[in-house]
Amino acid sequence: MIDITTATPNAATITPKRRFKWNVALDHLVLIVGSLFMILPVLLAFTTASHDAVTIHREGLQLKMGDQLGVNFQKAMFEKGGFTDTVDGMRMLTNSFILGIGFAVGKIIIGMMAAYAIVYFRLRFASFAFWIIFTTLLLPLEVRILPSYEVIQGLGLTNTYTGLIVPLIASATATFFFRQFFRSVPEELVEASRIDGAGPVKFFIDILVPLSRTMIAAMFIIMFVFGWNQYLWPTLITTEESFFTLVRGIKQIVISYTDAQIPEHGQALALAFVAIVPPVLVVIFFQSWFVKGLTESDK
Amino acid sequence: MKRAGFTNRWLPVLLLVPQLIIIAVFFYWPAGYAIQSSFYLQDPFGFGSTFVGLENYTDLLSASEYRKVAWFTVIFTLLVTFFSLALSLLLAVKADNILRGAKTYRTLLMWVYAVAPPVAGFIGIMMFDQSTGPISNFFKSLGWDFTLGVNYFDTASAMVIVSVWKQVPVNFIFFLSGLQSIPRSVREAALIDNRSGMGRFWDVTFPLLAPTGFFLLIINITYSLFDTFGVVDTLVKGEPGNNPMTLVYKVYVDGFRGNDLGGSSAQSVILMVLVLALTIFQFRLVERRIHYT
Repeated sequence: MIDITTATPNAATITPKRRFKWNVALDHLVLIVGSLFMILPVLLAFTTASHDAVTIHREGLQLKMGDQLGVNFQKAMFEKGGFTDTVDGMRMLTNSFILGIGFAVGKIIIGMMAAYAIVYFRLRFASFAFWIIFTTLLLPLEVRILPSYEVIQGLGLTNTYTGLIVPLIASATATFFFRQFFRSVPEELVEASRIDGAGPVKFFIDILVPLSRTMIAAMFIIMFVFGWNQYLWPTLITTEESFFTLVRGIKQIVISYTDAQIPEHGQALALAFVAIVPPVLVVIFFQSWFVKGLTESDK
Repeated sequence: MKRAGFTNRWLPVLLLVPQLIIIAVFFYWPAGYAIQSSFYLQDPFGFGSTFVGLENYTDLLSASEYRKVAWFTVIFTLLVTFFSLALSLLLAVKADNILRGAKTYRTLLMWVYAVAPPVAGFIGIMMFDQSTGPISNFFKSLGWDFTLGVNYFDTASAMVIVSVWKQVPVNFIFFLSGLQSIPRSVREAALIDNRSGMGRFWDVTFPLLAPTGFFLLIINITYSLFDTFGVVDTLVKGEPGNNPMTLVYKVYVDGFRGNDLGGSSAQSVILMVLVLALTIFQFRLVERRIHYT
């Protein structure tokens, strides 16, 4: 195809001056306002976290940086707080990582195994297993919270990491994602490796897993953020504060901080900021994988 | 399934077992339990339960409070879906238009995806604070005395605004990738046929984006129904009182505060039917989309 601009190479020199384009400026204006709408609330939370309790209590959110940033973060992360004074920010941060990583890894391993079985084996009950697994996509945890809680309680799994993580894995998003991907892998690969004498285990570990690297990364990012941000399930299943994640603890922490004579909003905001940063960094740094995982897994 | 694959008797079973056990214990058992207990009336002290048939359902549907919550949920869902779709479509179209800085804008507009709903709710509490919040001060200057957590309408507005803020990034990502997949040739043809940018958008771009839009419509409805739990819970500070709440929040309040297993389960079952209907609708749309593109 011939591009019109290449047909007249000196088009730029013919045009006397680049005129100011109002519609381009308008596009930028809309985007800048939109970006500010997204950024300002979190930015305000951060700058306000650098002020002392009295200032915040009297004057509300602060746009300028204060000098209490280090103090507030220090207290929020290392001083025991909450209702029972048994949990500090570090403990909650650790729990958040355990939940985020445990959930993502568990889901990917189990999902890949199941997808491998469904796609690469001739099974008599394959389509039955398929439907059993994929029905779980239909009902989010939120609609069956109370019975799920009763079941977990009956199994004695409240206030354990198992009870926190494993029930969240009981949905087939990762399995579905990997099934789609495995089906797009050329069939010749299986035949070639069978001729070479590779068994199913060797094929999986030596060929399929390395091939899926990008997919695994994309899935890990989505699942890590999803696990990190879980709120309802941790709220039900962890009542001991030593199992609190940052996201789960936020309400309690805020209430116990703000019930004081002068509410410690600075520390509460510092904790909120710590809860925001890790998943946001993951999403920003691995943006292309993240977008790929998101737009392809939800289809 | 066309695949040749392996023939092995035990390996596939072994591979499937972990997934099957987890969903049996943590999905099918609770879901079945929900359906079963929705037909029973639980003794409040935990001594057995009596079969009451559909009574839990008829009680619910005739309760004016349940109907009020259901209505709020419908309106809330419509508002959140409409505003987050409209706003993100506008931003995506603009981000697709410009040449310089597109990547920066994309990053700036999508990172909020990773902010947890309750944390968003907490920031909302600070922004809408009755005496010091910048947004409520702004409303006050317009003559709107904004009282979060006291006034029903004000609390509901805050819920909608925070939920929209949280949902714009997802829609933006999907709309932008939808826009970028429109072929150049189509755009150039449209440029020749129609000089007005607005006209081009409504006649060409918008119809081509329709599949993405329908898909996002379902995603947004599901989001407003279920994922806003954290926003609602933090904005009302865990005290529902007279405040607006969504259906999912009511399942939680009735089940865990009111200890009403039967009523809460009946509500769960109603929601299950709702999600099921939505999902079937979505699958049919996706099928059609694959057909035409």
